[in-house]
Formats: sequence, C-alpha cells, structure tokens
Amino acid sequence: MSVTDRENTAGALVREPVARRPSRLFRNMSGKIASIPMVFTTLVIFVGCTLWTVLYSFTGSGMLPRLNFVGLDQYERLWGSARWMNAIENLAIFGVLSLVFTIVIGFFLATLLDRKVRGEDAFRTIFLYPFALSFIVTGLVWQWILNPDFGVQQVLRDLGWESFAFNPLHDAEIVLYGLLIAGLWQGTGLIMCIMLAGLRGIDEDIWKAARVDGIATWKTYVVIIIPMMKPVFVTALVLIASGIIKVYDLVIAQTSGGPGLASDMPAIYVMQQLFGAQNLGQGFAASTMMLVSVVIILIPWAYLEFGGKKRG
Amino acid sequence: MADLSVTAGAMTGPRGQKPKRALSPTNIMLYGTLIVIAVYYLIPLYVMVVTSLKGMPEIRMGNIFSPPMEITFQPWVKAWSEACTGINCDGLSRGFMNSVYITVPSVIISIAIASVNGYALANWKFKGSEAFFTILILGAFIPFQVMIYPIAILLGSVGLFGSLTGLVLVHTIFGMPILTLLFRNYFSSMPEELFKAARVDGAGFWSIYFRIMLPMSMPIFVVAVILQVTGIWNDFLFGVIYSSNELYPMTVQLNNIVNSVQGVKEYNVNMAATLLTGLVPLIIYFISGKLFVRGIAAGAVKG
Repeated sequence: MSVTDRENTAGALVREPVARRPSRLFRNMSGKIASIPMVFTTLVIFVGCTLWTVLYSFTGSGMLPRLNFVGLDQYERLWGSARWMNAIENLAIFGVLSLVFTIVIGFFLATLLDRKVRGEDAFRTIFLYPFALSFIVTGLVWQWILNPDFGVQQVLRDLGWESFAFNPLHDAEIVLYGLLIAGLWQGTGLIMCIMLAGLRGIDEDIWKAARVDGIATWKTYVVIIIPMMKPVFVTALVLIASGIIKVYDLVIAQTSGGPGLASDMPAIYVMQQLFGAQNLGQGFAASTMMLVSVVIILIPWAYLEFGGKKRG
Repeated sequence: MADLSVTAGAMTGPRGQKPKRALSPTNIMLYGTLIVIAVYYLIPLYVMVVTSLKGMPEIRMGNIFSPPMEITFQPWVKAWSEACTGINCDGLSRGFMNSVYITVPSVIISIAIASVNGYALANWKFKGSEAFFTILILGAFIPFQVMIYPIAILLGSVGLFGSLTGLVLVHTIFGMPILTLLFRNYFSSMPEELFKAARVDGAGFWSIYFRIMLPMSMPIFVVAVILQVTGIWNDFLFGVIYSSNELYPMTVQLNNIVNSVQGVKEYNVNMAATLLTGLVPLIIYFISGKLFVRGIAAGAVKG
C-alpha cells in the first residue's frame, strides 16, 4: 500500500504528461476479484476457523465458547479420559489394519488388471463402484450382511456349519473387523486405480530387461516395480491415512460406535463433546489432536513431495 | 510363475511368437481370481436388490443371498413415501428432494467459482496467488471436525445456520480445494500461445474465459460435475450439523430410518431405502465410466 501511495504522489508532484502507471494494487484486478472466494476460504475458513478452534481448546468453554483460559487443562482431561484413550486405541487398530490391507489389496488388484486381461474395464468398474457409494450406504449394507440372525452367520449355520460364529456387530472383540470389511470394500477400488495408473507409468523396457534376465514375474514386482513406485505408494498412504483419521459416517451407520464403546472413534468423540455433551473445550482439544495427527502424516509427505522436486 | 512372465512378454515383446493358449493354467488362475473377487465386490449390491424385493415373512425364513420367490415392490413404495423418522412418516422422498435442493445449487456455484478461480491461478497469477493456492490444498487435509464449530458460529451470525442456503455455502467452500486444483491444472496444460494470442487481440479476463477457455474445457467440467454430485450427495457430516430436522439430506434421513430403535425392523424397507439413496451416485458412476475415474485420479494425485 505504502509503495503504491508513494508512486502516485511522486507522479503527481512531477506532473509528467505521460499516462500514470496504474497502481500495483489494481493491476490484474479481474484475477484478484476471481480469487476472492479462494482467499476467503483459505483465510477465514481454513486458517481462521482452525486457529479459532486451537485457541478455544485452551479455554474452559462449556455450553458456549468463552475465553477463560485454563492452559492445558482440556488436554490433560482428554488424555486422562478412558473414553478418548479407547477411541484412540480403536482408531489405531482399525487404521493400521485398513492401511495395510487397502494397500496390499489395492496393489494386488492392480497387478492382476495390469496383466492385460480381457474385460479390464468391466473388472475395474466392478471393483470401483463401491467408492461411488456413501459411507452411510456402505455401513448399512454391511450391517445387514453381518446381521447375526439373517446374515452371513445364519446362512453358514443353515448350511450345516452349526458352530460358526461371526457376529462383529454385537461382539466388542471383533467389531473393528466388521468395520474393516466394509471399509475395505468401499475404499480398495480407489487405491487400485491409483496403483494401476502407477503401474502403467512404468516403462515397458523395464519389463523386457527383467525378462531377459530371467527374473520371475512376482519377483520383478517385488524387487523392481514396487521400489520404482515409491511415490505412488506414498501418495496412497497419505490419502488413506488422512481419510482414516476422519472416519465417522461409516461407524455411525454400521455400529453407531457400539456395542458399548467398542467401535468409538476420535471423530465421534469430538462430535459427541461438541453437540451432545455441550462440552466445547473438550471437543476443541480433541479435534485439535486430530489436526495434529494429520499434520504428522503430512509433513513427511510434503518433505518427500516438495523436497524431492527441488533436488530434481 | 515363470509361465506368467512368458505370457506377459509375448504381448510386449516381438510379434510372431507362437500364439499362447487361451486356457493356460496361468490364465485360468488369473481370471479365476478376478472373477471370485468381482463376485465378492458385487455381493452387497446383489443383497441390497434381492432383500428390497422380498416380503418380510420371506426374509425371516430364508437366507439373505437367496433370490426372492415372490417379487414385491411394496418395500420400495414404503421406503419412498411412508417410512418413518421420528414423528415424520413421509418416507425418503423428502430427503431426496432436500438432497436435490442442496446438490444442484452447490454443484453449480462451486464449479462456477472454482473454474474462474482456477483460470485466474493458471493465467492471471498475482503476487501471493500461489501461496493462497498452497494453503487451499493443504486445507483440504484439515479434519472437518476442527472447523465445524466456528463455521456454525459464522453461519449463525449471518442467520444461515440450519438452512439449505448455509449448507450450500459450506459445500461450496469445501469443494474449493479439489475443484480449483482440477481446473488450475487443466487450464495450465493448455498451450500458452492460445492465451497470448487472445491477449494480443485485445481480449480481457472474462472474454478469454468465456470465449476460449470455457468452450475448450467441457470434459473437465463434466469431471467436476461428477465429482461434486457424488461427493455432495454422499455427504453426511455437514448435513447432520448444518441442516435441521425438516431439511435433512437423504443420507441423514436414511440413517435415521434404518438405525431408529423404535418399531419392528423392516429389513426389506431398509434395504430399499439404502438402495434408493445409493442410486443417484451409482447411476452417475455407471454412465460416466472413465470420466469418474479421471475425476478421482485428479483428486488423488495431489489432494
């Protein structure tokens, strides 16, 4: 601002007959106007609202947000709360399992389709269609399939396997696996597509060279292709991980966090504190912890992604 | 396993090798695996369909995988126009209409804004535009739970909390990162000479956008529409927070119908309702085919 002001006054003083240069602020005006929504979104929503929540997580807000700072009290309460620890533990188990299985299954499906199969499009369409469905629909369908009285368990018992027991929706021990089955069904197609794109990006000559050297196909994948696809794997990991931290709809639809609190998740805890328990400070502290975990995932990725580019 | 590499090689290597047998053990294994997995992926859809076409007595007797002995469309009718959520018993049709009222304006507004924005970022850079863009993309990773409450306060302060307009606004905002990325990358990949030639001819910001960029980028607009329609239609979190009982979108209403504790569980109605809710994104998915893949790939690469 001050720079442009000075330019203007300088121009006015000299009184040159040439046309005044337009102020720097107004140059490319349309471009700036078009970017107002983006500037608003970044500054007010992403930065502003996030900072607001972080700030209020240090207050003792209850029913209404108030600025009575209590230091780290909310965080101490949070990490001392059995329910939160339970939610974290659930998320860790569910998260690690779905991370591993999504990557493995996604990559496996991609390698199968990469064998130049006939009807690749049909198979891909089938593997990916669950991704078009919402988590609510996914959760409800699997709730029905896993229903103990009519679903898989009963069908297998009717077929003669009397002792078969798989009732994840009402068994606290295995409820996370019930969620996992539904989550994998919904999400593996996307990872398959990303992996397939990665596989297609690999030079045919690599395959020819491996063949000339007489390396078995599976070994070529493990020893050559997977290391080459490291960036794709990292992207997939970041994508899955940041999705897992937010997992909410799926659990709400399938188990509502039950039985008891056996499938409680941090996101559910946050929502419960904010809108159910009217315990805002706790909700803000818990959601800030969610943010911190996303940041922890993102930093190595950003380092790899952007640090690598500079070198190249 | 050695066999597999030979077959692969036969397709990539020099032509004129002896033709491979269609029914080699490798092929049988490959297609067998693929078909088994495909069946597994299709089972939920199949179960949804057959359950929704059965009567309750048949469901209580039989197993969920058996096809209906007597096809009835009663559950569909009931799910659409009679299923109860709390005291309201007018079925999913209300949620459907709400979802339409939410999705249509959200999709149009968010794409209109993001496309112009992406165009400005690609061709009309200004100081700081890249910095804002980076924050915008990183913002897509922030868990929604962090921003939900302050946004509710903001919406409340302008009187939009609990209204469809507020919800449309929220969807527009959270659609910004991925859409802006999509459009920016697309416009950046267009030859720069095109833009420069138009500039030389005296075209300004808007005339270049409407006369050159827009007509040339219809495919990416289709991708954006697919991405947004499925994304917004499938949303649950924003719907449950920023709208109120009468205005709940279809997903929220569906969850309320199926997971309500009172009354006898009518599984066939539940599945019909679930299928109805999934139908819109499914139809879009099956019609759009490769464009859908392109949309999610664009979103996945860096988003």
